[in-house]
Amino acid sequence: MEQLTTIGLNHYLTLSAILLGFGLFAVMTRKNAIVVLMGVELILNAANINFLAFSKYNGGMEGVMFALFVIVIAAAEAAIALAIVINIFKIFKSVDVSRIDSMKE
Amino acid sequence: MSNPTYTVIFYLFAAITVFSAAFVVFTRNVIYSAFSLLFTFFGVAALYVFLSADFIAVTQVVVYVGGILVLLLFGVMFTNGIMQTGQKSEVFHIIPGTVLLVGIIGALLYTFYTSHGWMPSETTLQGSIVERIGFETMSRYVLPFEMVSILLLAALIGAAFLARFDKSEK
Repeated sequence: MEQLTTIGLNHYLTLSAILLGFGLFAVMTRKNAIVVLMGVELILNAANINFLAFSKYNGGMEGVMFALFVIVIAAAEAAIALAIVINIFKIFKSVDVSRIDSMKE
Repeated sequence: MSNPTYTVIFYLFAAITVFSAAFVVFTRNVIYSAFSLLFTFFGVAALYVFLSADFIAVTQVVVYVGGILVLLLFGVMFTNGIMQTGQKSEVFHIIPGTVLLVGIIGALLYTFYTSHGWMPSETTLQGSIVERIGFETMSRYVLPFEMVSILLLAALIGAAFLARFDKSEK
């Protein structure tokens, strides 16, 4: 009971493990490229929770700075990935990742 | 820190995060996934506040909810057509995916709860860290900061270039 009511590092790690699992599941099983991107965002958020949790209980600033950079990279990644998805849609008329199998028009 | 209110609010936000993340993954409707992701991002931002990273929480709301989620919604609208919001997203590899989901979560939780516990530092982060983030950004992390700004600029120009409409097509 003490374990459950006193919020500690393990609570955050458990939460981020669950988010990582869901993100991997989305990346692995969905055919729509946009939903695959949402899975990647879930994975990045899980990583960020880990960084910040370890940073809080360690007392340093390394994890906080890393989480900030992860957010910036995630923004760049989302912009580029959506531009690519829109191009794929223009060429294949579909964003089904299991049907996109040629690199040449 | 076993204040009951603190614990209850933590579990509330954790439940919002986990259930909306599950809804993102398990619903077949792309639009519902995108809107459910909104609640996941807000829940994660609230957890960042619990981790005394208030600045990161605000950044999360501004960048993820204001930027990435809007981009994702635009992507959904562009690729599925606004009139077909009932567009379903098919699922494949469901059995390997479930094995991976259960396996990853099980293995990580087994490791966390059977190890002999973490040893937190005496000086955990307390209070607001905005001032310390500013200090670190301008001293130890000034080179990564500049590099990431150039990367973001290049990525945004590249995205605008990739997604432009070709006039010769018309």
